[in-house]
Amino acid sequence: MLGLGVDRLQADINRLLTSLFHQGVLDEQFLQLQQLQDETSPTFVYDVINIYFDESEKLLRSLRLLLMDREFSDYKKIGLHLNQLVGSSSSIGARRVRTVCVAFRSASELNNRPGCLRGLEVVEHEYHYLKNMMHELFQLEQQRLLAAGVRYPM
Amino acid sequence: MAGEVPNLEASKLTALVVDDNFVNQSVHHKLLDRLGIKNDVVSNGQEAVDVHCSGRNYDLILMDMDMPIMNGIQATRRLREMGIESKIAGVTTRAEEEEVKEFMEAGLNDFQEKPLTISKLVSILHNLELYVQT
Repeated sequence: MLGLGVDRLQADINRLLTSLFHQGVLDEQFLQLQQLQDETSPTFVYDVINIYFDESEKLLRSLRLLLMDREFSDYKKIGLHLNQLVGSSSSIGARRVRTVCVAFRSASELNNRPGCLRGLEVVEHEYHYLKNMMHELFQLEQQRLLAAGVRYPM
Repeated sequence: MAGEVPNLEASKLTALVVDDNFVNQSVHHKLLDRLGIKNDVVSNGQEAVDVHCSGRNYDLILMDMDMPIMNGIQATRRLREMGIESKIAGVTTRAEEEEVKEFMEAGLNDFQEKPLTISKLVSILHNLELYVQT
């Protein structure tokens, strides 16, 4: 019974990942993260993704504050924040977030404020979708480990 | 991962990760760990210079380009002026020709576009003659 539960959960995990790859939400760099996880760092993927979430949310808050300011003109700062987001998104395999950040960055390079506002909305949307999917993935992983009787250091 | 991951622990290579992004710091640190390369991490070019001033030395430096306080181009130039002969590989998400040229001219030995992977890191080590594939 336990074995069936583990198998079913693994199948759910595989289905979710396949869907995320198929949608272009994730790319092969995410597989690289998974392959780096080992017995010396059994929660590596979880840890890195959570660092990504912390950093991205700070950057997105900062971008929103900058763009909501009526006196705003610091497009260079927008560009710097977006470089960070592009870099970290590509390092974890967050392909769609990376793509929309690059588009947002192009708007900032043209000092296009409406374009930047639109860009921010799109990035926020993609980021939150990714975050929800990652939470679902981690929940399934946690359930699978519990079903397999493994203690998962959280 | 395609192919075997080489274990370079016996070679006692050391590396310095220079990157202001915490995600990249974690990933690059782990990639080097996986290859058996002991490594330290700093957050910008100034810290990279400071760590060398304190007497530390590394076989390989993975240098990000865009960083606050002192960027990768400035740090590479400064390290070379200090006589640091470590192999320096520039790693960045930005790969416009002019920027890469400026980065290389600052004193890089190699350049790779992010995101870094095991195979890109092995390629850097091979290009810099720090690892010979058999």
